This record gives sequence, structure tokens and C-alpha cells, in this order.
Amino acid sequence: MTSAEPRYRVDALIAEDIDAYLAIHQSKSMLRFITCGSVDDGKSTLIGRLLYDSKMIFEDQLASLEADSKRSGSQGQEIDFALLVDGLAAEREQGITIDVAYRFFATEKRKFIVADTPGHEQYTRNMVTGASTADLAVILIDARKGVLTQTRRHSFLAHLIGIRHVVLAVNKMDLVDYDRARFDAIVADYRAFASEIGIAAFTAIPLSGLRGDNIAQRTAAMPWHDGPTLIEHLETVEVEAEADCARPFRLPVQWVNRPNLDFRGFAGMIAGGTVKPGDAVRVLPSGRTTQVARIVTMDGDLDEGVSGQSVTLCLADEVDCSRGDVIATADAPPQVADQFQATIVWMAEDALQPGRAYWLKLGSQTSSATVQPPKYAIDVNTMAQLSAKMLELNDIGVAEVYTDRGLVFEPYADNHDLGGFILIDKATNATVAAGMIDFALRRSQNVHWQAIEISREAHAAQKNQQPKLLWFTGLSGSGKSTIANLVEKKLHALGKHSFLLDGDNIRHGLNKDLGFTDTDRIENIRRVGEVAKLMTDAGLIVLTAFISPFRAEREMVRKMLPDGEFVEIFVDTPLAVAEARDVKGLYKKARAGNLKNFTGIDSPYEPPAAPAIRIDTTVTSPDDAAESIVDYLASHS
Amino acid sequence: MDGGNAFRPEHVGVLGGRFHGRAVPVSSRKVAPLSNPPSTKTLASKRLTHLDRLEAESIHILREVVAEAERPVMLYSVGKDSAVMLHLARKAFYPAPPPFPLLHVDTTWKFQAMYELRDRAAREAGMELLVHQNPEAKALGINPFDHGSRHTDMWKTEGLKQALDKYGFDAAFGGARRDEEKARAKERIFSFRTASHRWDPKNQRPELWRLYNARKAKGESIRVFPLSNWTELDIWQYIQLEGIEIVPLYFAAPRPTVERDGLILMVDDDRFRLDPGEEPVMRSIRFRTLGCYPLTGAVESEAADLSAVIQEMLLTTTSERQGRAIDHDQAASMEKKKQEGYF
Repeated sequence: MTSAEPRYRVDALIAEDIDAYLAIHQSKSMLRFITCGSVDDGKSTLIGRLLYDSKMIFEDQLASLEADSKRSGSQGQEIDFALLVDGLAAEREQGITIDVAYRFFATEKRKFIVADTPGHEQYTRNMVTGASTADLAVILIDARKGVLTQTRRHSFLAHLIGIRHVVLAVNKMDLVDYDRARFDAIVADYRAFASEIGIAAFTAIPLSGLRGDNIAQRTAAMPWHDGPTLIEHLETVEVEAEADCARPFRLPVQWVNRPNLDFRGFAGMIAGGTVKPGDAVRVLPSGRTTQVARIVTMDGDLDEGVSGQSVTLCLADEVDCSRGDVIATADAPPQVADQFQATIVWMAEDALQPGRAYWLKLGSQTSSATVQPPKYAIDVNTMAQLSAKMLELNDIGVAEVYTDRGLVFEPYADNHDLGGFILIDKATNATVAAGMIDFALRRSQNVHWQAIEISREAHAAQKNQQPKLLWFTGLSGSGKSTIANLVEKKLHALGKHSFLLDGDNIRHGLNKDLGFTDTDRIENIRRVGEVAKLMTDAGLIVLTAFISPFRAEREMVRKMLPDGEFVEIFVDTPLAVAEARDVKGLYKKARAGNLKNFTGIDSPYEPPAAPAIRIDTTVTSPDDAAESIVDYLASHS
Repeated sequence: MDGGNAFRPEHVGVLGGRFHGRAVPVSSRKVAPLSNPPSTKTLASKRLTHLDRLEAESIHILREVVAEAERPVMLYSVGKDSAVMLHLARKAFYPAPPPFPLLHVDTTWKFQAMYELRDRAAREAGMELLVHQNPEAKALGINPFDHGSRHTDMWKTEGLKQALDKYGFDAAFGGARRDEEKARAKERIFSFRTASHRWDPKNQRPELWRLYNARKAKGESIRVFPLSNWTELDIWQYIQLEGIEIVPLYFAAPRPTVERDGLILMVDDDRFRLDPGEEPVMRSIRFRTLGCYPLTGAVESEAADLSAVIQEMLLTTTSERQGRAIDHDQAASMEKKKQEGYF
């Protein structure tokens, strides 16, 4: 181990005049950065070195680090700085970092938050996560290896996520004899690539994390390097947040503060620009204008609020404004749209299902959203555009996104807070994707709902019935159509107006362009849902008989309709029984391998968790089943 | 609120009166009127310090949870981190009181001074204080002298789960920081727990930008850590600048102590079991972290005010958690505990 004295803190000042020291330290700014590189580039060692040199490692930690180094370290008897940073037990055993970890250190000028992100191919999602909050990226290169595919990948991702400051850290210079020619060659190589993908400028620094060369201190080993040390650069680079103040004012409303009738405040973090009492503002999406009356904090009212501050605004007029709305400069408001082109990074094991409804969260707005089949995917190694039907874990693609209501937004390039979104799986609640809005589609601003004169209530009242959608779901051959037909006959006899949409009939007409892939199955159900919705608008009792194997699509249809109108009927027949019946001979074909994606055989069926009605066809006759459904309708109307 | 009054004179020490500038706009706040003022005034008015940014982020997190969760609660342990978290909550919802209760998972073995501050702090914030003591641990007489790690497990880990289940809280704020420990460094700000309160470090939701996914199924819950990005130094500086009241045990004073297994322990009440012939010795001590008094090691110190405490912290050579017996058991012990439901 080289003797590295703490250089970032002036211990003498702390000891002699702590108040003077604190005065300096409380006016520090903050920089968040990420380090990108693989296990072999010495990334963890570099971070460990930064912590060690800034004395963020205490003696007791150092003692356990020394013990750990001897037990499982990769540096022989020397201290393995990487062990400081590798946190989780499973990772320690594998000797790799598998997730995003956040580390902290401070110098005289700044506090730093480091996102440590892994370099393995399968972990694009972690790097994007770490990069989303970073002002700067440190791209690590092993001086012996030069610019690798992964260097390109990391640089591309950093650029994609909008990081404007890039440091090319050419590490392990000690292993190439501090050779200037080697360094220059790597920089030239990287420059050619960087300009190709749009990285206009970067700062290259030759260093050694292991030895501490050009980290905090200039090194005698590389007198030829006339640029800054890594720390010098990190301390002086302009922080993004300072530039954010120059943009137009935006406040996504997080929470309405209404402790009593005399106070109504709109709380949120300023996502760009500055605001002063008296400023003219516009509330979106409503478009109402008013002025800022007060900027309220517990420390007293402010004269000015700036980007990055969490504030509470009081407005001069009683305008409608709630969570999800955006308060913005009156003369330069953001746009409102419900159709976008976005760049999407897929982050879940379950692939994107085009057409499936996900939750989309953008700032404090949440809506339901569907993603269209991708226009193309991007190969993160070559940046080539590939054709793609879907997106899988760690895929990046460009696609159109449709939301169920207008969202207040700005392109991601202009404002990360109003242009970056996540997609959430409605069934598992997992965060499945990160998205960046490129622009709104023009048509989304031009489509307006046609106001209808005769309401759905009027249609239903004329038929003297309540519209319902009886949604039969179950395996092929379970008896859905049989029972649905019997129900419709009984309803007809009772004078009810009904219509039966059957899987096979629809597939011969409306949906004859669809096959049986997961994507097509979802589109099939979406169309059936839309048709059924129109029919219930017309006042009909609609019956549908579709396998509809996925829970998410049945939920999607449920949400298209008013509460209580969707009645899920689970025709529960065990696979063995349905297969034994095999009315259409389909199971035989599927078992023989002549029918792909057959539900129950090589495609899953997700049974309803809580159906309104469950029919066990092994004990209930079709007629009894139909009777019980008609009874259910009578008692739920 | 008037933090100046809550700031008890015995804590002020040499700093007395210097940091009263609280109701001031952003341009001058937190730039103490000492040496090295920022050179350009116009720039300073647009520049947020690292503490401003941390504060804004924490407030954002607190508000997001209140907007999205059905029944949030704040875990309040009476330590300095809890004090900062409570202060941030008051700021986040001002002029309303924070719209959730405080929950203290009590072991009955905390320092007396902690109980005193706890009740007063809740009252001053205008918040309901819920105190939960595991009835099973109470019945069994679980204590730190006889039961070792079972003490922490039953009173704290089990007690916490019981309390969350009892009141049906679906989001709980905790004061943990990522700089405390390696397993914490990788935990999300919104940390998802299964219905049985388990944490799965391999199945965390990615957290991007300032977007937090607070959705969960029935029975599941989220632990939320608004102080994730604060360091120990940040906490101390913020306490100083904001005049936040903390338990006097953080400041050095002569106190009755004994030495056990290399730890200096304070004899806080007569339940402390002295060995035959053992006499408590008066030492000038303070605590860097507060827990159950028979398990919390003190440091010998003369630092009787905030400046001196910060000075000692900066010059010290051991980490904060060393005073706690819980972490020494085995490598990655915290990670194990967290998976089992420890906060």
C-alpha cells in the first residue's frame, strides 16, 4: 500500500478553528457522478481510493478491510480497495458488483455522491438508473486494453441519458510504464468515437487508482500531463443545476396543502427556472392563469424560489390545481399531449407487450399508457438501429406511447423532470421501464372526443336494462361458448337486449389479421374490449367468449368500462378435462407440435384471482351454470 | 416554529447566538456570518449548497409518500437522525403539521433522556405519538443482560413488524443513511417489503430521476429513507444550522459509567446490573449513536457543544456504528438483519 495522506481536508484548520472550517463547508456545492467500467478496469478500486484519500474510511473499517483483503481480496497482502465498495454478501462471493451503490465523500469545495454502476452487459438497466441522477460520468478505461466495446456502450448510455460532462479516466497507467504515447493513442481513438455519437467534449485524465496517481495529487510519474487531476476536475466542473435556473419556471404539484379554509398551498420541487411573488403563472393542463402570491417555507416566506428547491406556492386566485398539475411561467408554458415518441429502456425480465396497459409516472402525474410496437431498437454496442417487435430486459428502443389523458410534458432534452418517465406493470407493480420523451405526436393535439347527444344512460333506459359485459374466460374447450349461448337464450326469452361476441367469429372478421403470439393475443383482446365498450354504450348486455389468458388484458378491459359493468366469469375446467373433451381437435394438434402458442400447452393461462362468478364445469351442468349467471344479473341490476 | 427556543442553552456552547439566522431567504441562508463569504452575491442567490439540495430532496420524498401512500408513519427513534427527519417533515408540510403519526418501537431500555425528548418533540410538532412495546418480550422479561441478540430481535425487529401490522401502515419513514454501512449503500430510497416484511436485495425496483414507484399490493409495504444521501457530517451541520434540539447525551458531561468488554457503558438507572464490588465511575462521556443504554458504548470526550462534537467527529478515527454491539457479530450482519425485517 502506498502511504496516502488525507489531502482533501485541512486537519489543521479543523483542529485550530472549527467554526472557520464549518463556514467553508456549509457553502459547498454538490456534484453527483457515476463511474462506468467493468470489474477489471479497477472501478471499485478507484472509488475505494477516493474514499480512502478523503478519509471517509475510519480506522475500524480499515482494520476490517485489511482482514477482508487477506481473506478474499485480489491484491495479495495489500489493501483491496474494491472490498470497501462491494456491499452485498452475494456479490462479495462472486467478486462482482451487481447493483447500483451510492457512495459519499467531500473535499474542500464540494460534496460528491458517486453512483457505482456495474459494467456487465446484462446490467444496462443499472447503469441507466445510476446515470439518471448524475451530472457527470467517469468512463474508465484499462490503459492496457484501450477503447473496448463496453467503453462505447457506457459512453452511449451516458449520452443517451443526457449527461453533459464526460471524463475519460485512463486507469492502470502504472502497468504501461506511464507511457504518454499509449495515453495519447487511446484519447485519439476515443475522440473519433465520441464525436460520432454526439459527445462534443470530454476531459481525459491518465491515472492509477491503485497507486493514487492523478487522483488527488499530481504525480511525478507523469510530468507530461498538463490537465487537471481527477479531483481538481470534479471540484470545478459546472454543476447542471446552476444552468437549470436559466430555463422557464416549472413546478409539478406534488401535494396540495390545505390545513384550514384560509390556506391553500401547492407543494413541489421546482423543476426548472426561478419564481418570485407577483410572477404571472399558468396552471396546466387547465391553462388558467394567475399570479404567485407567496412562497411559503417554515423559515419564513421567500423572495425567490430556484430550480431544485422544494417549496410551497400560494396563488393569487382560487384556481383549480391538484397533484399532477404543473404551475409554469405564463408566457412559456410546457405542452400537453397524450401521444408521444419516446426512447425506452426496458428493465424487467418480462418483455414489453405492445398494446398492454401500464402505469406511466411522469413527475407527479400518473396515467394509464400503452406502448406501440417499437419503430426500432438500438444496439448499445454499435448504436445501429435494429428492427424489433418487442423490447426485452436491457433493450433500448424507440416507440410511440399513448396515454389515457393529456400529460404536461417537455422533451427530455429540455427538461429531465418533465420528460423522463417510468412504466409500472399493473399486475406486479414492478418498475419495468424508463422512458425519455423525444416529442409529442402532432395528431395527439388534434383528436378531440365527439360529444354525444344521446348518452349511454339514455340508450340503456330505452331498453329498460343495465348494460353489462359478461366476460367468459377459460381454457379452450372449457365450455365458454356453450354456456354463453345458453345465457343469451335465457336473456332473450326475458326480453333483454344482448349480443354475443365469440372468439372464433371475431377472428374470422374483425381480427383476421391477428395470430396467436402474445402481442397479437393482447391486441385481439383490446379490440374485443373496445367493441364491447361501444355495445355497452349502446345499452346492450354483451357476452364475450374468449380464452383471454392474461390477467392484465382482462384488467385493461375492466378499466375501459364504468365500475361494476365488467363481470368476469371464470369457466374453470382442469386442463386434463378440457384436453380429454378436445371438441375441435386442437389439443391433439398442439401436442403434436402443429399448433404453436396454444394456451395450456406452450402458452400460459393466468386464472382470475377473484372472478365475479366461477363455474366448476366438472360438477355444474351448462344449464345450471347459465341459470346461476342470469340470477347473478338479476340480483346485481 | 421557533427553533431558537427549543435549542437548549446547554447545547449552544461557544456557538451561542451565531446561528440564529433561520427565517431568511435562500440567498443568505446557511451561509454562516463567519469568514469566507461567497464572493459574488448575484451568483450566490441562484446557488444551492449541498445542504439545501439534501433538504429539498428529503422534503420531496416525504411529500411523495404522503401523496401516494394510504397510511404512512414515521419511525422515530429519538436519535439525531430521527430529529433531522422530523424537522424535515415539519418543513415539508408547513404550515400544516406532518399528516402522519410518529411511531416509537420501544424496548423499555432506552436512556431516560430519550424518553423525555421524545414526548416533547412529538408535542411541539403537533403529531400523534404511538409507542409500541412488544408484549411478548415484556411478558418474557427480555433484557440486554440475559438475552444477548434476542433482545434486539424481539424488541426491535419483531416489535416493529407487530406495530406495522397492528396499525396497518403501508409506508414507514426511517432515518437510515447510505453512508452508515455497506448494505445500506445499495438500498433504494423507497425500499419494498413483502407482506412478511422481508427485503429482497436482488429484487429492488430501479429508481430513476426523482420518480419513486410507491405502488404495492395489499399487505405489502414500503420503507422509505428520506436521509439516504446524507452523511454523518451533513446531519451534524444541519442540526447546527437549523438549531434542531437533540438528546443531551450527544454532548459530553460527567456521567456514571462502567467498562464492559471494551465498551464504556452508562449506568442510566438502577436496572443496570453491577458486578459484585463494581462501582460506577464518573467519566466525561458522550454518545455518537443512541440505542438501548446497556448496549450503547460511549466515547470519552470533552466536547460539550455542537462545534466541538463536529470537530471531534472530523478528527476521529472510528466509525459511528462501532459503538453498537449489533454490527460486530459477523460480516454482512446488517444485510442479514435487514432481510429479516430489521429497519
